[in-house]
Amino acid sequence: MRNITMAEAINEAIREEMHRDPRVILFGEDVGAFGGPFMVTKGIFDEFGPHRVRDTPISESAIIGCAVGAAVAGWRPIAELQYSDFITCGFDQLVNQAAKIRLMSGGKISVPMVLRAPIGARVRGAQHDQCPEAWCVHTPGLKVAIPSTAYDAKGLLKAAIRDDNPVVFFEHKLLYGNRSASAADKAVPGELALQDAAGPEVPEGEYVVPLGVAAVRREGNDVTVVATALMVHKALEAAGQLQETEISVEIIDPRTLVPLDKETILRSVRKTGRALVVTEETRTASCAAEISAMISEEAFDYLDAPVVRLCTMDMPLPFAPLAQKAVIPDAPAIRQAITNLMAR
Amino acid sequence: MAYLALFQSSSEYFMEVVKLPRDKEKLRDKKVLMSMLRKMYEIRLAEEAVYHAFLSEPMPGTIHQSIGEEAVAVGICHALRPDDYVTSTHRGHAHAIAKGATLRSFFAEMYAKSTGMSGGMGGSMHLFDKEHGFLGSIGIVGAGIPIACGAALAAQLEGKGQVAVGFFGDGAANEGAVHEAMNLAAVWKLPVVFVCENNLYAVSTPVENSMAIAQVADRAVAYGMPGVTVDGMDVLAVYDQAVEAVERARQGDGPSLIECMTYRFKGHSRFEPATYRPKDELDEWMARDPIPQLIRFLVQQGLASEAEADALKAEVEAAVKDAVAFAKASPDVDPSQVPSFVFA
Repeated sequence: MRNITMAEAINEAIREEMHRDPRVILFGEDVGAFGGPFMVTKGIFDEFGPHRVRDTPISESAIIGCAVGAAVAGWRPIAELQYSDFITCGFDQLVNQAAKIRLMSGGKISVPMVLRAPIGARVRGAQHDQCPEAWCVHTPGLKVAIPSTAYDAKGLLKAAIRDDNPVVFFEHKLLYGNRSASAADKAVPGELALQDAAGPEVPEGEYVVPLGVAAVRREGNDVTVVATALMVHKALEAAGQLQETEISVEIIDPRTLVPLDKETILRSVRKTGRALVVTEETRTASCAAEISAMISEEAFDYLDAPVVRLCTMDMPLPFAPLAQKAVIPDAPAIRQAITNLMAR
Repeated sequence: MAYLALFQSSSEYFMEVVKLPRDKEKLRDKKVLMSMLRKMYEIRLAEEAVYHAFLSEPMPGTIHQSIGEEAVAVGICHALRPDDYVTSTHRGHAHAIAKGATLRSFFAEMYAKSTGMSGGMGGSMHLFDKEHGFLGSIGIVGAGIPIACGAALAAQLEGKGQVAVGFFGDGAANEGAVHEAMNLAAVWKLPVVFVCENNLYAVSTPVENSMAIAQVADRAVAYGMPGVTVDGMDVLAVYDQAVEAVERARQGDGPSLIECMTYRFKGHSRFEPATYRPKDELDEWMARDPIPQLIRFLVQQGLASEAEADALKAEVEAAVKDAVAFAKASPDVDPSQVPSFVFA
């Protein structure tokens, strides 16, 4: 077993799958010799060469569209967006083409592609700090994965590459944990400090984490917290702080948003009777809102309190660190939300 | 535009601009020419049947017809192998048939039957026939072009000399995705031929109101590829250019742009009367109908008689009738099956 960063784990997943299947290819901006702005694809170009690993111009429609076309023609492309915020620049190819081709062709043509994109606030400003998962979750025909640990990142990405459907793979920038690219990842004081991915160590051998299976990060009896990506770690922090109050917190990490492992979430809520959904997305029409609605609809008889969402406030993200800190959930905010929920 | 003042009509202008030397010797293969005539008849007679079905019967959906534009689809596709790829547009009936989709699978799709080429799930604007290399008519203007690049990327990696063709219109020429894709194709030297069907109007907007230059092919040099404008009503002129461009791509010398000047004899969609077009303009273009043009050539060259052409037409009429009957007799789709088409 090894303690590697999430970035290294993703790197391993890509390499292993490229070895396993000669049809897996990788392209995006600066992913080649440069290794990517977050160093995730470091060394992959050297190992696999310029045919299977390509740098692209800044052309998200062409990047995503090429992935669609190559996938339809029988290859398994991994396309990378430099920031998930830029998904908008190629959005038609993702939601009108990749997501729909299988249905529109009557099930005769599939699009086995992966689109990787970094999410999360890191004091870069509104156009570089978003968590836009909901745009993809709302699009039928796309699968959506969102790991919170190195172990899950590697296993989920391998599953995503092997999946015959378009999978959007969101990687939280603050979970990459790789400090060597210090120019790209300046550590920011306070809650937003760069974190190593906490979680199970990564085994040497082959393993896959299937899409659509949630993980129970922490067992408890009083409240279910459903959280994704960085918020899993904030929730763990909050739960640790609540030990002394004897509030027992159960944390569910969906790991995949589509398909969603509803049963693990509902089983937890049936046990605890209280649910808090915490994500870094802006609140309105978020994935958190969808999960909340699902819990209310399907576990109503087990609930002792309304299902509560804790998300980033509805606004384009401000730049100033103090302002960002004020609007994004953190461990104290989660602690407060849990305490409020227990008081009802 | 200054050039319009020099000519009395648009078709006069184009006949001047697009006159290209043609090596008539290589185009005397009767088999090839009769095959082209057959395909053009298939498209024309199928489209006329569609038009009447739409008028008088419950054929659902909408139609964007290719009547008048047959020579482009047929001239291009006759230069392709069965394992070459084509992506198409909302006006894609001609491309699908020219690339090898059967009349039965076409009509069944138009009648929303389960035996349609897209299983009744796609309709007129989303025809898919991967078996014949027809990777899809795409209902988003311009969006098929990045997908064609992706198919060309797959072809390049596969190494079997396959080529991809992406059709698009004068309207699509100004979509961002098209610019991105053409640039990327030239940078990666992808084996793709971009074919612009310039029929002078995007719905009601004349091309000179959407473009500050005279010809779409003028942009080819800006992307770094050869570009040519050709008389799209002359199937042999189109075929001539197609053969050259396809050969260039097969040899690994990269993409080309072929702009075919053509005209839709019907309105943009359904029964739209196209009152934004002057009637004498329509008359001039109808006088250059590609089917009589090819027949005249065959007769003048002593390759075939009018009687042979008529016999061929009668054969195709029977095939269309058979296809329509097949479609009407086919089973409807089963709505309960639809969810199974979303994910592989």
